Amino acid sequence: MFDDRSPIYLQIADGIKNDVLSGALKEDEQVMSTNQYAAFYRINPATAAKGFAQLVDEGVLYKKRGIGMFVSPDAREKLRAARRERFFTEVVDPVLVEAKRIGIGVDEIVRHLGGAR
Amino acid sequence: MIELRDLTVRYGSTVAVDDVSLDLPTGKIYGLLGRNGSGKTSLLSALASYRRPTRGSVRFDGADAFEDPAVMRQTCFVRDTLDVNDAERVRGVLAVAGWLRPGWDQDYADRLLDLFELEPRKRISALSRGQRSAVGAVLGLASRAPLTILDETYLGMDAVARSNFYRELLADYLAHPRTIILSTHLIEEVADLFERVIILDHGRLLLHEETDELRGRGITVTGPADAVEAFAGGHPVLGEQSLGGVRAVTLDWRPEPADVARGEAAGLTFGPVGIQDLFIHLTSPSKRLEAIR
Repeated sequence: MFDDRSPIYLQIADGIKNDVLSGALKEDEQVMSTNQYAAFYRINPATAAKGFAQLVDEGVLYKKRGIGMFVSPDAREKLRAARRERFFTEVVDPVLVEAKRIGIGVDEIVRHLGGAR
Repeated sequence: MIELRDLTVRYGSTVAVDDVSLDLPTGKIYGLLGRNGSGKTSLLSALASYRRPTRGSVRFDGADAFEDPAVMRQTCFVRDTLDVNDAERVRGVLAVAGWLRPGWDQDYADRLLDLFELEPRKRISALSRGQRSAVGAVLGLASRAPLTILDETYLGMDAVARSNFYRELLADYLAHPRTIILSTHLIEEVADLFERVIILDHGRLLLHEETDELRGRGITVTGPADAVEAFAGGHPVLGEQSLGGVRAVTLDWRPEPADVARGEAAGLTFGPVGIQDLFIHLTSPSKRLEAIR
């Protein structure tokens, strides 16, 4: 469900992107209509429509007139590339900051990661 | 489009609504928020043509609304008095609504009676506060009026009844889009339904904004007093408190991720401000909170 820490339309867009990345939504698969989405998550349909419009703008979804919205064939690849680019700055770097704060060295982290291999 | 122009409602020397101008595109769900005595019911009464404004006008698609029968027929205003004969039975009240309301859906009204567990044979005078509100919800929803105004139509309802009410409101709006204005104090539980939010404060219009714009609009910054001071510099402060050398301020500002990263590097922590908190900050008397000792 959604929280009110950030606009819901962005949370909707993020949720659908995660579903595309995980494969829960396949390419060329139809997504829920904005009304179905609004009824299911109990949100205003205009908010849902804004989230879907954002995904169309970003090329994650495409529209078929009169039928509905579908996952773009290249959406998963594009999302993966974008997320991989941000992985080190947004995920790894904060880990290093916290590690430094509490006195865990890089060697120790590498050993830990080695165990996960 | 519903247009309020310079709307003022006065009772003797008391100004309930003070020079409010609003453009409300039709077909949306609006939330009207405000503290007790902020003028919500007076504004809605003028909007529904139940009360002639002291000054200013209400127009529906350009036509002056007051005492225009065509506009009145399209408007359903549900307030806590219910405006029905208390000696009447629930069934009778709904029958009258059926005669008066061109869009009335009796089957839907019957389903809502079941949902709210209302006994049609009961007299209005014998209903509990929550049941009266439920009758109001049935009247408001089953009327399917192009302009539906629900003034705190949840008072006394328990959590289950409120949840049912909100679900029905949304489902029926999706099936039959129309303009719905809902006034409430319970912001958190209904905010997701509102496309736009209107906040009144002391009879004045404080804000009219897309609801989603309010999410993440404010931020709290906590940390060493001088670092907080430096970070907050120049941005509108909604509230603040101190404990020893630590300070927490709530800002009406949406910082960029780079600003947050810079702040975190300076030892600050950040927290979100929900819609309820934002509303409280915006409508609290603007005096500084005393330092907690």
